[in-house]
Amino acid sequence: MSILLLAHVDTDGSLAKPALEALGAAKELAAGLSVPFDVGLVGGTADAAAVQIGSCGAAQVFGVCAPELTEARYGTDAAAAEAVARVSGADIILVPGTSRWMRVVAGVAQRLGGRVDTHVTECAAAGAEVSVTRWYYKQRIEGVLTRQERPLVLAIEPGTRAPWAGAPSAMAVTPVDVVVPAGRTRVVGVRAPASGEATVRPDAELLLVAGAGWTKKQADGAPHVADAERLILAFLAGARASLGGSKSLVDQSGDGQAVLPFMTHVNQVGQTGASPRHRKGLATCCHGEEPHVVGWRFIGERRAVNLNPNCGWAQGKADVLYVADAFEVMAKVNELLG
Amino acid sequence: MSYHVVVCAGIVPDPLQSLEPVTGPAGPALKNEAMLPAVLDPWAGHALFEAANLVKQQAGSKLWLVSLGPKAKLQQVMMKVAQKVPFEFVAIDGSASGFTDSAAVAEALAGAITAIPGLDQNRLLVFGGWESASRAAGATLQMVGERLGISEQFQGVDSLTVGADDAFEILERIEGGRHQVSVCAGPPAVVGWATGSLREPANNPQLGMTNMRSLMPALQKAAPAAIPSAGTFARVAVPSQRRETRIVKDWTPEAIAKDIAEWIRQ
Repeated sequence: MSILLLAHVDTDGSLAKPALEALGAAKELAAGLSVPFDVGLVGGTADAAAVQIGSCGAAQVFGVCAPELTEARYGTDAAAAEAVARVSGADIILVPGTSRWMRVVAGVAQRLGGRVDTHVTECAAAGAEVSVTRWYYKQRIEGVLTRQERPLVLAIEPGTRAPWAGAPSAMAVTPVDVVVPAGRTRVVGVRAPASGEATVRPDAELLLVAGAGWTKKQADGAPHVADAERLILAFLAGARASLGGSKSLVDQSGDGQAVLPFMTHVNQVGQTGASPRHRKGLATCCHGEEPHVVGWRFIGERRAVNLNPNCGWAQGKADVLYVADAFEVMAKVNELLG
Repeated sequence: MSYHVVVCAGIVPDPLQSLEPVTGPAGPALKNEAMLPAVLDPWAGHALFEAANLVKQQAGSKLWLVSLGPKAKLQQVMMKVAQKVPFEFVAIDGSASGFTDSAAVAEALAGAITAIPGLDQNRLLVFGGWESASRAAGATLQMVGERLGISEQFQGVDSLTVGADDAFEILERIEGGRHQVSVCAGPPAVVGWATGSLREPANNPQLGMTNMRSLMPALQKAAPAAIPSAGTFARVAVPSQRRETRIVKDWTPEAIAKDIAEWIRQ
């Protein structure tokens, strides 16, 4: 059995945290199976990235480099990944579950005649087999499986393990030739949220989950959306937190209701949104029962501010539930966070 | 510019239902799976509504909805979906379980798409959800595209805007709440939708009656597909998520804020 870690090189020539996490998984899996592992680097250049991971213990580092590969695009990325996979002949191919690889990884498995599992939270040696752990039904059921088909491509969920850490060291890159397809897609650029506020921060320690209660009528009989906007943005800045929203809140923009302008569907957590991974989470004005609470299934420490002590968002889900008015509490928290 | 849009849409258990896994001879399944009410997969629903909007705007375009699931479940779900937007239905009779193999599902879907009479593959847009609420892998649509020979593929799409020159601009979700902007010269293409920007259309019973003309025959002639389990499952379980919640009542906002601020700084 042989293992390949496929990673894309960032525009600055380095490997990002998700790639290093997947590298750690590949190294550990190879050790468990007592087999060597290779690394395949895809991007504009590979030399600096190869040095960055030069002491990781890879048997070989392959590089597929072309100007077209500095951009994420299905046709070019799939061709590059397929080329490296064929040269390495690996049975197990690990990739970081980034948006770039998630766009192509199943297509590459199809081209190779293999199979794919994504959102993998753990892969381990089980005798001579590879045991894969992932979630089904939107983080409600966890399954552990093995597959016979090869190659097996596994996308490692970012944030599920520590990144590999090692000293830079010289590492030769074996170039892999690939005919980059011309394709019909041109990458134009990246668009930030319309509000100009980058409120989704995957690397933040803390996730603030805002619920629809922020836009509802308050004790004086009137909604205070402008106050809510000010309080939430100030908290995000003071705590350097990421922002998640309940479905009911993000849906309000289409209902013609008062909305928080920075809150869009990309912030949505839960059954039809994201299930982000952060060390801590603070839910405010959130209401509802399972399955919406899956949005903070992967949050370590959880606290909630809610007027209802029996709310399903908090009871049995949070470690601490503060029964209080979130407007009053968050104003004071912001003062303390400066 | 007209398009032939095919939406691949799975059916999933109603998200408000409690799910309990069981293991049978064919692999894992859900307890009382046949009895659980089903709905159209939420992301596939977004894809369907976006597709219907595109077809409405581009004269001469056509929309097909291809779905794989047990016949009885498909009928139950389509009775509701048929009232939302106009489409021609293509049914495949097989398991809709989340524990099945995405490659086998892709093979069945691609076969059904290829067999659609009059489908112009040069004008084809294959739509679907970027993930599902069952397997939640984001794999099937890519494999369908590969089987159809389509190498212009997009995932996590929130917007598709057709330009004057047959090209369309696509916004795909990437990390940090941002979108990558691409321009594709034209069909064929595979588009895996995130939420898009359209609301779910209101029910239209008259439209439902019209759609029923293709729905029932499609269900009657639904080809069976054997969809195997994804592998050998050692375990499927609902991990316990219950926490002992400490309720803090009757504290002043100042005291609560101090507690929260200290916790954040730890």
